[in-house]
Amino acid sequence: MTDINARSVTNLSAIPKEEYLYKCTSACAGCSSSLCLRYVLKAAGSDSVLVVPACCTSVIQGIYPGTAMNVPVYNVAFAAAAACASGMSEAFAAMGRETNVIVYAGDGGTVDIGIQALSGAFERGTNFLYICYDNEAYGNTGMQRSGSTPLGARTTTTPGGKPTTKKDLDRIVEAHNPPYMATACSAYPLDLYKKVEKALSIEGPKFIHILAPCPPGWRYPTEKTVEMGKLAVKTGTWILYEREFGKLSISGPSKAAMKRPALLEDYIKGQGRFKNVSPETLDLMRQQVQQNIQRLAREEAGVC
Amino acid sequence: MLTIATGNRAVADAVKAAKPGVIAAYPITPQTEIVEQIAEYVTAGDLSSRYIPVESEHSAMAACIGASVGGVRTFTATSSHGLLYMHEMVHWAAGARLPIVMANVNRALGPGWNTWAEHTDAFSQRDTGWLQVFVGTVQEAYDATLMAFKIAEDERVLLPVMVNLDGFTLSHITQSLDTVEIGDFLPPFHLPHAIDTANPLGYGPMTGPADHFRFRWDIERSMRDSRGVITEVEHEFAERFGRSYGPTEDYRCEDADVVVVAMGTLGKEAEVAIDRLRDEGIKAGSMRLRWFRPFPDLDLAGREVVVIDRDYSFGFGGVVAHSIKSKTGIQPYSVIAGLGGQEVTYNDIADFVRNRHPGEEMWFGVNDHV
Repeated sequence: MTDINARSVTNLSAIPKEEYLYKCTSACAGCSSSLCLRYVLKAAGSDSVLVVPACCTSVIQGIYPGTAMNVPVYNVAFAAAAACASGMSEAFAAMGRETNVIVYAGDGGTVDIGIQALSGAFERGTNFLYICYDNEAYGNTGMQRSGSTPLGARTTTTPGGKPTTKKDLDRIVEAHNPPYMATACSAYPLDLYKKVEKALSIEGPKFIHILAPCPPGWRYPTEKTVEMGKLAVKTGTWILYEREFGKLSISGPSKAAMKRPALLEDYIKGQGRFKNVSPETLDLMRQQVQQNIQRLAREEAGVC
Repeated sequence: MLTIATGNRAVADAVKAAKPGVIAAYPITPQTEIVEQIAEYVTAGDLSSRYIPVESEHSAMAACIGASVGGVRTFTATSSHGLLYMHEMVHWAAGARLPIVMANVNRALGPGWNTWAEHTDAFSQRDTGWLQVFVGTVQEAYDATLMAFKIAEDERVLLPVMVNLDGFTLSHITQSLDTVEIGDFLPPFHLPHAIDTANPLGYGPMTGPADHFRFRWDIERSMRDSRGVITEVEHEFAERFGRSYGPTEDYRCEDADVVVVAMGTLGKEAEVAIDRLRDEGIKAGSMRLRWFRPFPDLDLAGREVVVIDRDYSFGFGGVVAHSIKSKTGIQPYSVIAGLGGQEVTYNDIADFVRNRHPGEEMWFGVNDHV
């Protein structure tokens, strides 16, 4: 377990210098999920194991016998990450080891094929941290739609735009009453760092859902990857929060955004995947953002 | 200690003696008693394993994989559809060189729902890299499970082992069982490639053709080496506990003109048939095939062979019959019998021998010569 008081940081310069994800990975230019992984591992420290199902991170770590990772990485089948982590966590408990077991899984491996194992592990109270980095499609196989793809987004299997809405994974996880869950975004690394640190200080099943913009999938220029994450948060499309033992608190960057969200168009106009979205779809997207903001604001205020 | 037990109880008792660090369990008929009995042992404090009540068999094997590479002895049990549901992870366990032990209570596959004995479930996993042993008695279920841990964990093997016992006709019948004090028969669990955060490794990353091919050859080499390890372990077991086993259990084979080859409880039933046939002056013997992977060398030269398959490969025939044909060149009389728990008595088996047609295939009760 990470000692939260000993390691707590207040600014980016205080983040540990140790690197657990080396340069020269096989990630695409502008990949935000690998940026996130770098901060996740800095927060977790060296006594950590990553369990990785089939996803972009399977590729990013490199080809045998090389590896870009400086912690043990257990690659496992697509649907199996949470269950594999369950076994590992119990093995470490049996041996009296306090090694962090962290699943780092994409949205396909979490909201779709891996959701049964995820649900089982959370229901059983497994002591681990499950992180879903969400680029809203099957990135590894070339951007097919996932359950996490938002309404209207074009993917290779929704060439006309996705006709249905994004699965609300967080409400599914919330229904398992985990002691800690949070959202994060690659554009806010300090926020992510602190959330990983806090999660690992708590016993039991923890969950962090990271929005990870993806240049080839979302069809925006690689240098815009941080800007895209910020726009997701500023428009209220992605809301940063923590829920500790059931109590919700909205994170700093989202507080202002929820009061006065930026125009949704600012977020979607720079993304090729939303090109030619119909006015009706755009209207539905706006309504969804509003509903989400209102729901979380009510919950934080204790008005349900 | 001499007692009376079912096949399932015998497996649970062997697991209790082996003291795995982690057991992942999901119930399925007719395996259920194994995971229930182990849960009783863990709850009562008689077994200190961490018991993970997973939500599916896919997760059962995934949890065993995570626990095994984490550095502890692991066990699970399944049957039939459960085994097929975990199929992807069955491959993964062997490919990852993890010495997981699993009991599989052999049962037919649907549709329709049939919970009775059949070997098709296990044979569907024959190419996964698991060692597979088939047992015929309650005592053997206990002994084979204990030995399975030692064989799997041997550094010359490091492959998972599946202990197969027939649904109901062995899992639920009671026979005498002599449990043992295992002492140091099983050494402490040691996995050379267990997770070590002081020596971070990448497990199962993307792998090119040359390395992939080499890893598969490594598995094949270990599977071949496992023959010697199995023999060593079975000898040690015989010396310590007085019960000896081999790749087959041969009964009155020495001077036999015709040999019945079968597996599991039908192999034991065949022994009674042999006595009947001998009384009639037919020089028959039986060879109960225990190990299916690695497949043993069988001394059948110069005999007629009757193979009873409690399985089938559609469009091809009995799996054991064809295995024997390809290994020995003998054209056996292939009998498909006992599917879905079909009753096959020693009189039926004696009839198979009396009415044998070498080189032909007969589906007992469906497409008989008799």
